[in-house]
Amino acid sequence: MSLVTVNLTVNQSARTFEVEERTLLADALRDELGLTGTHIGCDTSQCGCCTITMNGDSVKSCTLLAVQAEGADITTIEGLADGDKLHPLQTAFSACHGLQCGFCTPGMIMASVELLKQHPDPSDEQIREGLSGNLCRCTGYTNIEAAVRAAAEAMRN
Amino acid sequence: MANKNAPLHLFDRPNSYIGQSVPRPEAHNLLAGRGQYVDDLQLPRMLHAAFLRSPYAHADILTIDTTAAADSAGVVAVYSGADFADQVTPWVGELTHLTGLRSPPQMPLAIDTATWQGEPVAMVVASSRALAEDACALIDVQYQPREAVCDPVAALLPESPVIHSEYKNNLAWERDVTAGDVEPAFADPANTVVEQVLRFGRHTGVTLEPRSSVVEFNPAEQTLTYHYSGQAPHMMQAVLAKHMQLPEENIRIIARDVGGSFGIKIHTYGDDIATALAARLLARPVKFIADRLESFASDIHARDHHIKARLAVTSDGTIAALQMYDYTGIGPYSMYPRTSAIECNQILNLTGAPYKIENYHANGKVVFQNKNMMCQYRAVGHPVAMAVADSLLEQAAREIKMDVVEIRRRNLIEDNAYPVVSATGMKFADLSHQQALERLVELMQYEKLRKQQSTANENSIRTGIGLVSMVEVTNPSPMFYGIGGAPISAQDGATVRMDAAGALHVSCSITEQGQGTNTIIAQVAAGVFGVDIKRVKVTTGDTATTPYGGGTWASRGAGIGGEAVLLAADALKQQVLEVAAIVLQSNADSLDISQGNVIDKSDSAQRMSLDELGKLVYYRGSELPAEVQPEFVATRHFRVSDFPFVFTNGAMAAQVEVDTDTGIVKVLDFWVVEDCGRVINPKLVDEQIRGGVVQGIGGALFEECLYSDDGQLLNATMADYLVPMAGEMPDIHIAHIETPTSTSTLGAKGAGEAGTGGAPAAILNAINDALAPLGASIHTMPATPERILQALGEVPT
Ligand code: FES
Ligand code: FES
Repeated sequence: MSLVTVNLTVNQSARTFEVEERTLLADALRDELGLTGTHIGCDTSQCGCCTITMNGDSVKSCTLLAVQAEGADITTIEGLADGDKLHPLQTAFSACHGLQCGFCTPGMIMASVELLKQHPDPSDEQIREGLSGNLCRCTGYTNIEAAVRAAAEAMRN
Repeated sequence: MANKNAPLHLFDRPNSYIGQSVPRPEAHNLLAGRGQYVDDLQLPRMLHAAFLRSPYAHADILTIDTTAAADSAGVVAVYSGADFADQVTPWVGELTHLTGLRSPPQMPLAIDTATWQGEPVAMVVASSRALAEDACALIDVQYQPREAVCDPVAALLPESPVIHSEYKNNLAWERDVTAGDVEPAFADPANTVVEQVLRFGRHTGVTLEPRSSVVEFNPAEQTLTYHYSGQAPHMMQAVLAKHMQLPEENIRIIARDVGGSFGIKIHTYGDDIATALAARLLARPVKFIADRLESFASDIHARDHHIKARLAVTSDGTIAALQMYDYTGIGPYSMYPRTSAIECNQILNLTGAPYKIENYHANGKVVFQNKNMMCQYRAVGHPVAMAVADSLLEQAAREIKMDVVEIRRRNLIEDNAYPVVSATGMKFADLSHQQALERLVELMQYEKLRKQQSTANENSIRTGIGLVSMVEVTNPSPMFYGIGGAPISAQDGATVRMDAAGALHVSCSITEQGQGTNTIIAQVAAGVFGVDIKRVKVTTGDTATTPYGGGTWASRGAGIGGEAVLLAADALKQQVLEVAAIVLQSNADSLDISQGNVIDKSDSAQRMSLDELGKLVYYRGSELPAEVQPEFVATRHFRVSDFPFVFTNGAMAAQVEVDTDTGIVKVLDFWVVEDCGRVINPKLVDEQIRGGVVQGIGGALFEECLYSDDGQLLNATMADYLVPMAGEMPDIHIAHIETPTSTSTLGAKGAGEAGTGGAPAAILNAINDALAPLGASIHTMPATPERILQALGEVPT
């Protein structure tokens, strides 16, 4: 089995590691870089648990090989807060009780980052559309949507 | 503030958090990506397991050649079933109180015969999961396929092949329940009789975090540590000890964050046990994380009921008799240790439970089949029991031209009638069906909705409204499992101790899977003892550090664990006050604790802080009289003793829109009135109920594990198995009635399963309400577009 070297910028630091060619980006982030906040719920691109930001767009990191991300600039859930200061989405998910087990939560938040970038003042329809690739099995989604609305408002002000 | 001199009620004290939506302290970690799920663990020298699973639903295993796999890169060991035969004792999914239930001994990997597609047959342990999977592909298994027995009704016909040669047929268990006499009521021509054949498809839990195990074994000490994603650590400890033949005390179960469980992760799975065996044989940590395909093929499935039922009502809508026959397919074995007969048993016990029914007959047959194993998943039996009774009741109402609310008013057990024993022998207390129904009617503006409906149904889009009145089994006593011989505790314990800084540390045997267990433990402890909630640290999910107890299942965490915390915190408070009284030369009865201070009860004057007291006791004990040996720790356990279960009740309603051209059902609105006794944290309770409703809607409309006639699971990916997503969910409006249970001081009953138990019946009724004017009806779940169109006669069945 031959290994390939991958160079990425992850949460603003340059990272280099070696993986098998077939290694998914999601697995590389978790296993090579220890960024276990990116979860794997299906590895077939349905659940959205593994959502990260890559070169400014939200992507499901189980749909890419690590080698395909060569040179990319990646943000994972661990890189979203500003030091100790949580991102408004993180604060809003806590305040609105937008999570139970938390397994979907990093993906929900990373998908919402993109959603709010495109729609700073999203309609309910746009929120549902923006989260249509993210499954939550615990909540009734109501509080997740409320959290996105609350974060949008906080970010606009 | 109330009169200063009046003693404060436990829940009105300054530090009481009961009834407040306190945010969850652990949420911050989860939001920051710092959760600690099993798959996040990386241990030194850790290996990874992958399993080769049977491609056939039923086949004899002729040979297994592992030579090539063993030589494959990174492989450390390859095991077949025979390799584990002397490492583990087989388990048997029987309970003695389910008289006659039988199931053959089961081993972690199939030996000789594979009995469902997905059953583990061989295991590879390698330096990475990918390499372990590569090697699995090199294992050569020769199978002799056998005829698969799939349909639970056909499985009992004399011509059916028999799955287990030690038995004469495929029946695992049968129960018959009779109260009164149903025949005269059905024979009476003055009565209206409605009859339905109902089908409840198989679905599964789809926990977003798959089943996960990391197991470490220390050969020097013969100790085993199991990092567990599950709900019942002490049960798992007992199971591993018994079957790996280790002393129970040598096994430690640790559950950190758990990414959803819903009953799925509370059973004994062969692949998990094999992981523990490999860890012991290799003396290295072994990790097994089910991938999604494995989850669908091997996580327990639920439901799979084929029911024929009928109901007789008099001309004024009074229920005269209810009769039901249930066939349920459970896969090839009864699951261990909870068994796969409990769901059928619950259905027999609970069908029609909200109503006054004197004449009742139910027969349940639990049947072996060559499909994945079936067992307890959220709201065990409830969605079936509620849907059978309430679907018949609404049909009867339509036939006698009575409103569906009115027919319930005539039949619900009156709120002032409790305690009541049902026709099936269930003891009910403290329920509020009548209040719940009236509150629901008000909440949903029933009359107005009905008026709108009568004018709206002009075109191909038909709207319908459906209701359900329901009970939910919560806070079970030992009557559930323990009396049948299962290593499952129905009591829970809590230890509360005060440290030198006056802070509280609570460890409790109930567990957290996201429902907010740790938060409510802190709420109860802080309020009862008298400190700010920030000064309470909670530990759960570790058999080494928590008292012995059942864990979290059957909606028991808050009700049973919460009460143990209440009792322990109160006991600790008395101990602290006795020591404070000596120090302050006062009387313990005249002191209290509030906001972290010892105060005078009479005028709330602050006497000393807990911090001062803690430091005095722990650092300067010499200042105390010699005979005073303070113990700032108290442990209390609690179990429900007067009743087998503490039932809750509720009423729910759905409004749906059925597109008769496409068969698509849209849930427009959903209402829940729930009486779960004392509400400890409204936000947590409401979100539990909403999440439960969403899973119930999933079962009613989308979710089904589809099998071919020869037992192949056809939709084992998230692309093919549909679960509810945000866009499909209605607003879910919730109101509460609080009738605290008299079995505890806390008064809390369970709330976690109500939504899943009630929603399917409400949805089914709403769909049939929409279809009724067209002369159509449907009694199969999930009610997929295809089935709706079949019901309408638009497409062939
Ligand atoms: S793990 Fe990537 S979408 Fe599910
Ligand atoms: S919180 Fe558990 S899956 Fe969303």
